[in-house]
Amino acid sequence: MAQKRRELLLDPLVDNNPITLQVLGICSALAVTSSLKVAFVMALAVTFVTAFSSLFISILRSQIPNSIRIIVQMVIIASLVILVDQVLKAYAFEISKTLSVFVGLIITNCIVMGRAEAFAMSNPPGAAFLDGIGNGLGYGLILMLVGFIRELFGSGSLFGVTILETVNNGGWYVPNGMLLLPPSAFFVIGLLIWGFRTWKPAQVEDREFKIQTVEGH
Amino acid sequence: MSDTQTPEAQKGAIARFLAASPDSVGKTIFVAVAICLVASMIVSVAAVSLRPVQEANKLRDKQLNVLQVAGVYEPGMDVAKAFADFEPHVLELATGDFTEAFDPATFDDAGAADDPEISVALDTDPAGIGRQSKYRTIYLLKDANGAIDKVILPIRGYGLWSTLYGFIAIEENGNDIFGLQFYQHGETPGLGAEVDNPKWKALWNGKKLFDANGDLQISVSKAQGPAGPEHHIDALAGATLTSVGVDNLVKFWMGDQGYAPFLAKLKAGEI
Repeated sequence: MAQKRRELLLDPLVDNNPITLQVLGICSALAVTSSLKVAFVMALAVTFVTAFSSLFISILRSQIPNSIRIIVQMVIIASLVILVDQVLKAYAFEISKTLSVFVGLIITNCIVMGRAEAFAMSNPPGAAFLDGIGNGLGYGLILMLVGFIRELFGSGSLFGVTILETVNNGGWYVPNGMLLLPPSAFFVIGLLIWGFRTWKPAQVEDREFKIQTVEGH
Repeated sequence: MSDTQTPEAQKGAIARFLAASPDSVGKTIFVAVAICLVASMIVSVAAVSLRPVQEANKLRDKQLNVLQVAGVYEPGMDVAKAFADFEPHVLELATGDFTEAFDPATFDDAGAADDPEISVALDTDPAGIGRQSKYRTIYLLKDANGAIDKVILPIRGYGLWSTLYGFIAIEENGNDIFGLQFYQHGETPGLGAEVDNPKWKALWNGKKLFDANGDLQISVSKAQGPAGPEHHIDALAGATLTSVGVDNLVKFWMGDQGYAPFLAKLKAGEI
């Protein structure tokens, strides 16, 4: 049992990561990773929502009618997200000003729905809760990696602390403006997926198509 | 016999209900209603109980920005206490006089711009704001003798992606700019968002709005115009449209549709 718990928590970090293996939750990973502080709060918020939505859905799983199960899951997830948004507005006002739009979009984050539908609907509450935390952490890990690269090379700072003095402030570092724009997160995540799959070849998918060679020419 | 059986029968009913197939129509409706009720209760309790803290945050944020643009903010200071030095007044833009019709403590600036009673739709709208309220809350910072030291005026206008909201601080002569600061915008990080860069904001200090003839000459542009360096702020590199937006909005609010009547009275010492 202890072994299983460990797996539930740690598997989503590398071996079954929601972003790099399942390629879910990409939209928010693009939007919130231009600074580490914001990425960190977003990771905490998603971990909280995934863990508790999985827990509640798992507790209710034998009572949820099949015909309205997605709506019931959405109601539970949306309530938790509003709760997070309200708490951020009250106790982390500065961060909520940049995050508020994206916090609302946690409702549509495929990771939360994915875990509810794939795991919590068919597993006991304890396991579902751990699975939620694990997937939230896996999401957070990638967010922090992407945020680290984007903030360091895009603004020359980490968590808002200047590391590379930029030219605008009289230093030597010319920041890479592209890293502050959303498309750069695509490149960074793509490189991370490449890196993860080179490290763990088991994650490489089989080809769906094979380019055929035409003979006779 | 029925006396002893009633509780058991009830318990049996609940147990039977829980055990019943969740796909029956009755149970589907019951679960839907129950989930909605519980969820809405949790959300409303959270929203209502946290509202005072959220309102306090918003108020503090606004006060903080007024302090910062007036140059009196120091990290760690008591914002509410320092803000007490600022005198809020509701200004009628067209006449440049303070009005007693609204209480500055309760006047809602954001709502006023949408209120058809006290706002107008703009025909000439260089700042891209659509509607403008006829009244605005402004702040006076007075020195120890009670004479006006600075006035803090709210400004807003469209940049590249978003409306920029900010304050401009003007010296007591109604002409010299002390500082300018935006507290809310969605411009491109690293380019347009450099309106927040302290080095660029420092360029505004000491610039003059009007020339000797009383014409509005302030401009944000790449090349300095004929009016001279004291009316020119260097535009942001790589952020042409944000700079044009700031140029437009400053000209709009300092012009006749904005605070010009008030600034003229301030200059003449009539305030």
